[in-house]
Amino acid sequence: MNAANANGLQSSVPGEADLIALYRTMLLIRRFEERCNALFLQGRIPSTLHLYIGQEAVATGVCSALRADDWVVGTHRPHGHALAKGVSPRVIMAELMAKVTGCCRGKGGSMHVGDVRKGVFPAVAIVGAGLPIAAGAALSARMRGTDQVAVAFHGEGAANEGDWHEALNMAAIWKLPVLFVCENNLYGASTHFSKAFAIPRVSDRACAYGMPGETVDGNDVVAVHDAALRAVERARSGAGPTLLECLTYRQCGHSRSDACDYRPDEEEALWKERDPLKVAAARIRALVPPVPFDPSGIEADVAAEIDDAIAFAEESPAPAPEDLERHVYWEGD
Amino acid sequence: MATMGIAEALREGIREEMRRDPTVFCIGEDIGVKGGWGGAFTVTLGLVDEFGPERILDTPISESGFCGIAIGAAMTGMRPIADVQYGDFLFCMMDQLANQAAKMTYMAGGAVKVPLVMRAPVGSTRRGAQHAQTLEVFFTHIPGLKVVAPSTAYDAKGLLKAAVRDDNPVLMFEHKLLYGSKGNRAEKGAVSPIGEVPDEDYVVPIGKGAIRRKGRDVTIVGKLLTVYRALAAADRLAEDGIEAEVIDPRSLIPLDKEMILESVRKTHRFVVVEEDNRTHGWGAEIAAMVAEEAFWWLDGPPVRVSAPDTPPPFAPNLEELYVPSVERVVDAVRRLVG
Ligand SMILES: Cc1ncc(C[n+]2csc(CCOP(=O)(O)OP(=O)(O)O)c2C)c(N)n1
Repeated sequence: MNAANANGLQSSVPGEADLIALYRTMLLIRRFEERCNALFLQGRIPSTLHLYIGQEAVATGVCSALRADDWVVGTHRPHGHALAKGVSPRVIMAELMAKVTGCCRGKGGSMHVGDVRKGVFPAVAIVGAGLPIAAGAALSARMRGTDQVAVAFHGEGAANEGDWHEALNMAAIWKLPVLFVCENNLYGASTHFSKAFAIPRVSDRACAYGMPGETVDGNDVVAVHDAALRAVERARSGAGPTLLECLTYRQCGHSRSDACDYRPDEEEALWKERDPLKVAAARIRALVPPVPFDPSGIEADVAAEIDDAIAFAEESPAPAPEDLERHVYWEGD
Repeated sequence: MATMGIAEALREGIREEMRRDPTVFCIGEDIGVKGGWGGAFTVTLGLVDEFGPERILDTPISESGFCGIAIGAAMTGMRPIADVQYGDFLFCMMDQLANQAAKMTYMAGGAVKVPLVMRAPVGSTRRGAQHAQTLEVFFTHIPGLKVVAPSTAYDAKGLLKAAVRDDNPVLMFEHKLLYGSKGNRAEKGAVSPIGEVPDEDYVVPIGKGAIRRKGRDVTIVGKLLTVYRALAAADRLAEDGIEAEVIDPRSLIPLDKEMILESVRKTHRFVVVEEDNRTHGWGAEIAAMVAEEAFWWLDGPPVRVSAPDTPPPFAPNLEELYVPSVERVVDAVRRLVG
């Protein structure tokens, strides 16, 4: 089922149907985030928002290499991770609007979006802290005798936290079935990569822990998917963890009211040229034999799904006052 | 029924829970090394022989990391018993405990549980500022955590089992002078209470205190080592005809408030004895609770006997001044009874 990708590399992504499915997931994330931004500006979503615009290929490529029962730990920028892993837009939107029907009953909010029924942990908004937790899920999979795999998404900023190093080391010495997916979007908040690293690649650090490290084009969903698939297979077979660095760019502010004045316009323009949706569309159009590709049907479909999610969220009630003091401790299934 | 110290009681509790439930495992530093010590205070000594290195899992010196690993395992079907060599190192994993373990259930709207046990030795023992703190109060202030502090072998085993079976993160504080660790891991100046521990399965419910001594004149609340200081003080006070009631809450969160309040309503006097620093401390909270909820029964102010607001000192003569002594408890009660 291998198809040639644009770089001429063998890809385990088959043909048109799979590429279109990947494209659809990415478009869902993109349009979802754009609508979130609008809703936020209209005051219909409280809190702050860290949008995933521009990074869609990473979550989509990685999660398409996972099984439904695999685990994902997201970050403060988690909507894309959750959508790609199959959490419904309805419960995410309801969560963002602080409704009791949200995936965290309105008690998590944007930065903790997750749904364990879909294998998505409540997202961890303390930079770097999610890596040990994902490693723990991987340890648990091995101890319970399942062949589940865990993924820790994180920005490159997290690679300078102690937890990052402790997690990589323990995962390596115990050969845990975990993928550390570093979304290197060049900036940790406003700080450029070059001010935080004395090395050219985050993945260079992998060898220090005795695991493979790989850097891929994080705006090419097929490249991400292929690398993730290799890492997942390696993890599932018991060979241990992988550090996968995906080079990407957030095409939006870090969070609300970020005008990105610290980024050169040319740099932003360059990355917009490399937009992950454009790259994916080009891949579909490059299929041999050629297929006609008209994304308007997918656009309409995705728009309807998001409209439905917003309607669901708006019609849903806020948590009841009693909810304030509930769930501090476990109340049962 | 067997007689044993706290370290041994904990070991037997862990052993029984691990036999009962295959999802229970231990994780920490130097806990399972053959020829090693069984953790810093011998609690896990020999367990690796029965359960193997996969379930008595030795970690590198990475407190935050292995705490997070234990949390991730707990969220996905395992029941880890983690430990730190000294409670002081809990600060190295503060984020994982305070922001992750404690808050996961809440921020997931009740959709996940974190059945984690974290054991931590505390107490002044000639080790100075970074290996001798009594720091339970940092954790009793964090909603989402349960906190227990056993002072007898019976309670240690029973609370350990209750903690393992609890679906929430439970921190268990153990006092270094109470372990009864043997051989070259024995502690100078140890109290090491030896107690009877049933052979059959039992738990000590989290949230239930124990009255260690009955009395009508004053209520003294202590925890861990200060329970013994309070009991020794009560003996001395009895010589003067003052009968102190000594309460050991055993669980700090949730707290058996009713047991304390009921006692205060009977004795009309209240003293709390803590090895913790005084300001914003554990004793302050208990005293405030008593003042708020039993004010009209009190004949005098709630009194704290605490460690001063200094780090634990090294010099033995200073350490003796630091940890509340029997004399200080006696004096406090005498002043109150007047
Ligand atoms: C421990 C910690 N320090 C600081 C922050 C504040 N903060 C939130 S996101 C962020 C930047 C993170 O950068 P990176 O990890 O590269 O992820 P990105 O935002 O680029 O997705 C910072 C500093 C935090 N949430 N947690």
